[in-house]
Amino acid sequence: MMFACLHGPEAGLPEIAQAFSPWFEQTAPDTIVFPIDGLKRLHGSPHQIADAIAQRAGQHVRIAIAETADAAILAAHNLPGVTVAPDLTDLDVRALPLTEEMAQVFESWGIYTLQQLADLPENGIAERFGPSGVHLQQLARGATYRPLRVFQPETTYENRIELDHPITLLEPLLFLIARLLNDQCARLLSNALAANEVTVRLELEDRAEHVRTLRLPVPMRESKSLLKLLQMDLEAHPPQAPILTLSLALKPVHPRTVQTGIFLPPTPAPDKLELTLARIRGIVGETNVGIPELLNTHHPHPYRMVQAQPSVTSHQPPITSHQGFRYFRPALPATVSLDDNRPARITASGIHGKVLNSAGPWRTSGDWWTATPWNRDEWDIALNNGALYRIYREPGDRWFLDGSYD
Amino acid sequence: MNPAADLTTTLGFRPDSKIRETLPIGLPALDALTGGFPRGAISEILGPESSGRTTLVHSLLAAATAKLEICAYIDTDDSFDPVSAAAAGVALPQLIWIRCGHNAGHALKTADYLLHAGGFGVVVLDLCQVPLRVWNRIPISYWYRFRLAIENTPTILALAGKQSQAKSCAALMLELERKKTRWAGAPGFTLLREVELEAVSRKPVRPHVAHFQAKAIG
Repeated sequence: MMFACLHGPEAGLPEIAQAFSPWFEQTAPDTIVFPIDGLKRLHGSPHQIADAIAQRAGQHVRIAIAETADAAILAAHNLPGVTVAPDLTDLDVRALPLTEEMAQVFESWGIYTLQQLADLPENGIAERFGPSGVHLQQLARGATYRPLRVFQPETTYENRIELDHPITLLEPLLFLIARLLNDQCARLLSNALAANEVTVRLELEDRAEHVRTLRLPVPMRESKSLLKLLQMDLEAHPPQAPILTLSLALKPVHPRTVQTGIFLPPTPAPDKLELTLARIRGIVGETNVGIPELLNTHHPHPYRMVQAQPSVTSHQPPITSHQGFRYFRPALPATVSLDDNRPARITASGIHGKVLNSAGPWRTSGDWWTATPWNRDEWDIALNNGALYRIYREPGDRWFLDGSYD
Repeated sequence: MNPAADLTTTLGFRPDSKIRETLPIGLPALDALTGGFPRGAISEILGPESSGRTTLVHSLLAAATAKLEICAYIDTDDSFDPVSAAAAGVALPQLIWIRCGHNAGHALKTADYLLHAGGFGVVVLDLCQVPLRVWNRIPISYWYRFRLAIENTPTILALAGKQSQAKSCAALMLELERKKTRWAGAPGFTLLREVELEAVSRKPVRPHVAHFQAKAIG
């Protein structure tokens, strides 16, 4: 197998290499190496191939052809002009990628050329320098065989369509989006990628721009699912004027890999679940669907809702029989009459009665250093209607029913 | 000869004689009474306020999440308390919480989407605080639809409310009542310690009842 190396001004090197081979490795901005075996039938001998490359590359690019990629790189870096199967034995050992310490040791040993380094016993080199020394010796012998790290041009997942006539309805717009999505999802699949963000940019007739971005909790590449998500989003947030231009961009990421097991319980498929949750968000509102998360605080409501998909956790809390609690959201304003400074009777919307037993007050306060401080006295009460409630009093003698124990 | 099969041909209807997989919830008395919550079916948890419906729902969710299942809580009246759920052992990262803002119609639609999406261990439809005028207007066709959607799946649809809503569509109907409330401490310095709850199985009808305790949230 033969390789050609181009070493010269950075601009235009990939284009020159691409003219001769679809696969090439760019080892440095100014160095490119590629195989030339496939060019024999087109151009002939290695000398003729070198001439053809030189004719295209011009005089400023050094060209070297050798049996290994590393030998070709070494020759192109150290020998001027065009060289084919060059003799590198007399090349200075400093042409190799040596560390300063190695260079000093070789000098103290009287090793100045690649031939002298190649002739040293391999075991001795390995004992003195380790694997890096052995690699250097193989470079000196021209015996490093490795696959090329093929240059992959950066793929962009963005398309734009300029329309002849403005679109006013969602259906034809979705038809065009489906076309773009099919194309981009196929490219994602061929590159083993998925998308975690989809952006639709619509230029409108009134010169405004309507941009919708979907951030997906799990990377997806099924065009049907993405189209349905976009449809629901555009239905919820339609553009305010006819559309002149459509552009669609996907943000590529590596797909999520999940190890499944035959004995694990079935869980909803992530893309199907995301579609379902998007539909539900369309009914109950964007902020009303999520995963509850506890917060490390003494606040009366120490939790929040996180917009994410559920995940199976390795840590499972122990199961205990604890009394459940139900909130009244918002808390019900109440009128409480006191007896010996304890709640004796309560009246609120739909709830009233005599307090049979009570526990409290549990005084809590916090966040006084913020704009939303809290300060309350809580009581647990049993009413004569048979229910157990939590009530609280805020400064100003304002009483509320927080919820019920159920 | 199977007596159930005989009944089908004689009277023209088919009794629910299917042997279902169940999910025990870890409360021995209740598991002995019901044999666990039947999968692929609707279970109703009924009772007045403070009768222990939420406690039982949390125990059911805790049992399902302990088996690494994904669950959903349809919170019709925005009343779910993650703190007491976590105290009962519910693995919150495995729970989808959907707040319906006091709209029972939204809750039923949400349940429909979730049950048809599939893959859930338990879907809780909390209708405990739905006003009676709304409660009486819920079409019974929903429950037939839900029963069909989860039939032959491992999903449990747990319906919590004051009275039976699914009626003949439910495979399990539990009625709860709070029997005792234990307060600790001297008068004037008391602390809510524990409640004792009683469960009666209305469907299938069982002659005995189950008693279990629930600790107050510390």
